[in-house]
Amino acid sequence: MLHLEHIHKVFNEGTPDEKIALNQANLTLHKGDFVTIIGSNGAGKSTLMNIISGVHSPDMGKVVIDNREVTVLPEYRRARYIGRVFQDPMAGTAPSMTIEENLSIAYCRSKRRTFKKGVTKRRRDFFQEALQTLHLGLENRLNAKVGLLSGGERQALSLLMATFTEPAILLLDEHTAALDPARAALITNLTKEIVATKELTTLMVTHNMQQALDLGNKLLMMDKGGIIREYDEQEKRNLTVDKLLDEFQKIKGEQLVNDRALLS
Amino acid sequence: MALALFSAFESGVIYAIMALGVYLSFRVLDFPDLTVDGSFVTGAAVAAVMILQGYNPFLASTVALLAGFVAGCLTGILHTKGGINPLLSGILMMIALYSINLRIMGKSNIPLLNQQTALDQVEAVWSNVAVLSSWGVVIFMLLVTLSFKLLLDWFLKTEVGLAVRATGNNPKMIRSFAAHTDWLIILGLGVSNAFVAFSGAFIAQLSSFADVGMGIGMIIIGLASVIIGEALFGSKTIGRTTLAVIGGAIVYRIVVSIALRIEFLDAGDMKLITAIIVIIALIVPKVMDDHKVRKMKKKRNAQRLANLQSLSEEKEEHHASS
Ligand SMILES: Nc1ncnc2c1ncn2[C@@H]1O[C@H](COP(=O)(O)OP(=O)(O)OP(=O)(O)O)[C@@H](O)[C@H]1O
Ligand SMILES: [Mg+2]
Repeated sequence: MLHLEHIHKVFNEGTPDEKIALNQANLTLHKGDFVTIIGSNGAGKSTLMNIISGVHSPDMGKVVIDNREVTVLPEYRRARYIGRVFQDPMAGTAPSMTIEENLSIAYCRSKRRTFKKGVTKRRRDFFQEALQTLHLGLENRLNAKVGLLSGGERQALSLLMATFTEPAILLLDEHTAALDPARAALITNLTKEIVATKELTTLMVTHNMQQALDLGNKLLMMDKGGIIREYDEQEKRNLTVDKLLDEFQKIKGEQLVNDRALLS
Repeated sequence: MALALFSAFESGVIYAIMALGVYLSFRVLDFPDLTVDGSFVTGAAVAAVMILQGYNPFLASTVALLAGFVAGCLTGILHTKGGINPLLSGILMMIALYSINLRIMGKSNIPLLNQQTALDQVEAVWSNVAVLSSWGVVIFMLLVTLSFKLLLDWFLKTEVGLAVRATGNNPKMIRSFAAHTDWLIILGLGVSNAFVAFSGAFIAQLSSFADVGMGIGMIIIGLASVIIGEALFGSKTIGRTTLAVIGGAIVYRIVVSIALRIEFLDAGDMKLITAIIVIIALIVPKVMDDHKVRKMKKKRNAQRLANLQSLSEEKEEHHASS
């Protein structure tokens, strides 16, 4: 379904700011996999997402979606198959446009945009139905500007917009991080529900260990531009936050020891 | 005076089409497009030259519109494909158009006094059916301007139009929904400048000349119309806003014609007046917002203070009684 091969990405190469964001990262996702990704700041999680969605192209390596190599396909062409929700609730919607207009934009993701009306009666009914699944009453506010919604409402809408055309891959980059605990829980539950009913192949980045354990069937740990540990379904079920932290320390510690050995 | 106001209204209706174009680039696409100063003249030049050569004035105006479309697309290409910043792409195009406009016209001024313009034709048709022939032109231009407004309203509600609006609003988001923002910007600027050039073509026909300098400051006049319109008539929906922009263009013309009646001001001061109007229109809303916020804060603080006081008084009473 999704296949990353030896992905290498360096930012500002050849300058003092040089930063190796991804270092020989490999990843294979099967259809319906829901993978959570954890890792410290700067580990390369967002870069990984950006390489998959085509925001950045890798310096080396291959990106394959649905048996199609898309490594050099520009973002806007890949976006047909990829739904995304960003960390910033402002990022996923157009604030000065109405809810139904935003939904129409999302609806046109997988087709060619035409000079026909964006919001028709039929689509409006469909949008209303889809909004009902959020249980936020947004179905009665189709003509409200999205800029007037709260962060949680906007993020719920972004999630809906990213998923209701059933993309081949769903990328969630800390999409609950900017919300208060109650809203975050709401979005987490919605995510669980939507991914399950649509059987979406999903990658979710989070700094919340508990969330990483609660959701999904696989877990990846990233550090310094690489995927340092993969837990499959079986292993993940037996994990706890403490065990996870322990293991993270251990792996990092070993690396430190190795680094020291190299240096001395 | 009445005559001056009437002709101000008349030209305002025609300038409104230009203002709609500026609304599209400036407000919808969030692209301060200075091409307008050049493309307005391009429209006037193309129409004037074609009319002079005996072409149908309506055909001439349509070709002017297409020329404006091309000019706008070029600015868009400079920005998106050439990676030049929006302001600079517009300025470059405006400068380039100055020479191109001179080439089209062959000289710096083309008089159209003895030519059959589109407006003359309308007047001729109208005078057969009614007495007040001068109203014919205004009503005709009102209809034309309104159809441009409706066309723009319709466009901004199509699937492509929604994507154009999102491009101006949140480009990152619209790219994540599989739209190519480059083409949307190019298309938007093309349509915007098509409107502007068409307006230029009719202004040339109304004032019976095309002049290579007639576009100077046009972007600011467009901006003034948009800002005045939105402030006076509101901007709740697209349809409302485009109507407001037309109103703004007309009000602007009327304000200018009144200003010109003040003794010590003459025609040359018009640009200065325009600049001052825009500066005021840009600053006043901000100052008013600040003022509102400050007033609210003051009220809130007074309330808080009162609450605190009543609380401490209660406490004291409590102490006293116990
Ligand atoms: N556009 C960019 N230009 C330059 N450097 C970048 C860019 N994007 C990321 N980097 C660098 O690449 C490294 C990996 O960044 P990335 O955003 O992928 O980390 P992350 O794992 O998402 O971290 P966080 O948990 O803080 O979101 C960082 O050191 C970052 O500074
Ligand atoms: Mg990140």
